[in-house]
Amino acid sequence: MRLNCTVNGEARQADDVWAGESLLYVLRERLGLPGSKNACEQGECGSCTVYMDGTPVCACLVAAGQAEGRDVVTVEGIADGPVQQAFLAAGAVQCGFCTPGLVVAVHDLLARDSAPTDPEIREALAGNLCRCTGYEKILDAVRLAVQR
Amino acid sequence: MKTFNYLRATDVDVALQRIAVEPGARFLGGGTNLVDLMREGIEAPETLIDITRLPLDGIEELPDGGLRIGALVRNSDLAAHPVVRGRYPFLSQAILLGATGQIRNMATVGGNLLQRTRCLYFYDEASACNKREPGAGCAAREGFNRGNAVLGTSDACVATHPSDMAVALAAIDAVVEVRSSRGTRHIPLTEFHLLPGTTPHLESQLESDELITAVELPPLPVAAHSYYRKVRDRASYAFALVSVAAALDFGADGRIADVRLALGGVATKPWRARTAEQLLLGAAASEDSFATAAAAELAAAVPLPGNAFKIDLACRTVVAVLRRLTTERSGS
Ligand SMILES: Cc1cc2nc3c(=O)[nH]c(=O)nc-3n(C[C@H](O)[C@H](O)[C@H](O)COP(=O)(O)OP(=O)(O)OC[C@H]3O[C@@H](n4cnc5c(N)ncnc54)[C@H](O)[C@@H]3O)c2cc1C
Ligand code: FES
Ligand code: FES
Repeated sequence: MRLNCTVNGEARQADDVWAGESLLYVLRERLGLPGSKNACEQGECGSCTVYMDGTPVCACLVAAGQAEGRDVVTVEGIADGPVQQAFLAAGAVQCGFCTPGLVVAVHDLLARDSAPTDPEIREALAGNLCRCTGYEKILDAVRLAVQR
Repeated sequence: MKTFNYLRATDVDVALQRIAVEPGARFLGGGTNLVDLMREGIEAPETLIDITRLPLDGIEELPDGGLRIGALVRNSDLAAHPVVRGRYPFLSQAILLGATGQIRNMATVGGNLLQRTRCLYFYDEASACNKREPGAGCAAREGFNRGNAVLGTSDACVATHPSDMAVALAAIDAVVEVRSSRGTRHIPLTEFHLLPGTTPHLESQLESDELITAVELPPLPVAAHSYYRKVRDRASYAFALVSVAAALDFGADGRIADVRLALGGVATKPWRARTAEQLLLGAAASEDSFATAAAAELAAAVPLPGNAFKIDLACRTVVAVLRRLTTERSGS
């Protein structure tokens, strides 16, 4: 099938999409947007977090057909914002596999709440697993992004 | 993943006609459970009918003070709804204690009710599971059964129903509206899910050609004084070991005038604790009456070596939640 959706503000089309593919696969393998990462493919780790119609979802659990006509924003689409810079500055990136999903999740958190408390940050990021940093630097990055 | 046909439904009647002639078809809600199970090879529908474009995504206040929730309302939107937060706070709390933001943003009310168990052996195709393969046996009995159920179990199955939302809905006496090309039915939530008995693969009253269209909440003043507590291995982002949904109100004499109690994490279906409710109704609020009621409810529990701890944990959690609600009421 052909899939039409808006990705990072641009109308995009993908052909020969199989219904069983995930939105994540379409983004990475068909639309050349490898920012969103494929780790668990079970909705557990959040590395594949993207915006769909303005809310963050796990792209690995979105069947391609469900994205038809939707507005998708990936980490590439928010690369200019302060969140990614804050992750760099705070040293919150080690292997970097979790980072794109976290950048999207933090971007969403700050859009909803400009001054989240630590418990709110923790709960908002509960769906994004990182096996390298121990999370402390990630919390630093969020606090830094808040200041900026 | 096996290949399948994908259809996008934009009209309820068309979706119902389609599923009526295609028994191998399944509805696709948010996909957060079904897509995962298909990828694991545990479910293999021939056709997926994507229902996320159906106009069943509204939340409507009813003239009698109740609430009608469309089956496709996202879990996040339901939890955030001002009427839910004000009149049924434990429903909002239950949803927010489940899964993660990313999942709740996709998950629908209908899909949440029909999500399948997280029993390790149901997920592991190499293990025996009567739910996955009727007659195969149950590896959980002899295996790692820390997460399994102690109430409503049978020789054939000890898998818990994993939903948090459904536990609060059971306490509320919600009603599930289902439609098929044969007509519309209303099923009380407490009867919607089936006990496993000898047929654990049959999990609800929903027929294969039926669509959940809405969930209705009756007006329930006691629910304004309610609380949902979830006990789990991690502070966040884990399924319940034990959860308690409770609502409590007192009469002028200070005795319990209304009470709703339901348990999650311990039972094969969202567990309405009617035995405990009966004992509590009219009783004085005290640690003793709470503990007696909780023990009476759990008296029917059948523990396995790995999950016997849940009986005491459930009793203590019930007492803690009722104590909290009592303190809140006397403080207000
Ligand atoms: C990592 C992770 C953690 C989770 N943690 C929790 C938790 O802590 N607590 C909790 O309660 N849940 C948890 N969940 C489960 C989550 O709540 C469910 O996956 C979700 O609610 C299912 O909704 P859905 O719309 O995505 O369903 P789908 O996956 O689309 O569908 C599930 C089933 O329902 C059927 N269906 C869907 N809608 C309808 C309808 N309207 N009529 C008839 N049939 C229908 C489908 O055919 C399918 O069989 C977790 C899930 C994940 C992935
Ligand atoms: S890859 Fe999607 S949540 Fe892990
Ligand atoms: S930096 Fe490696 S997983 Fe987070």
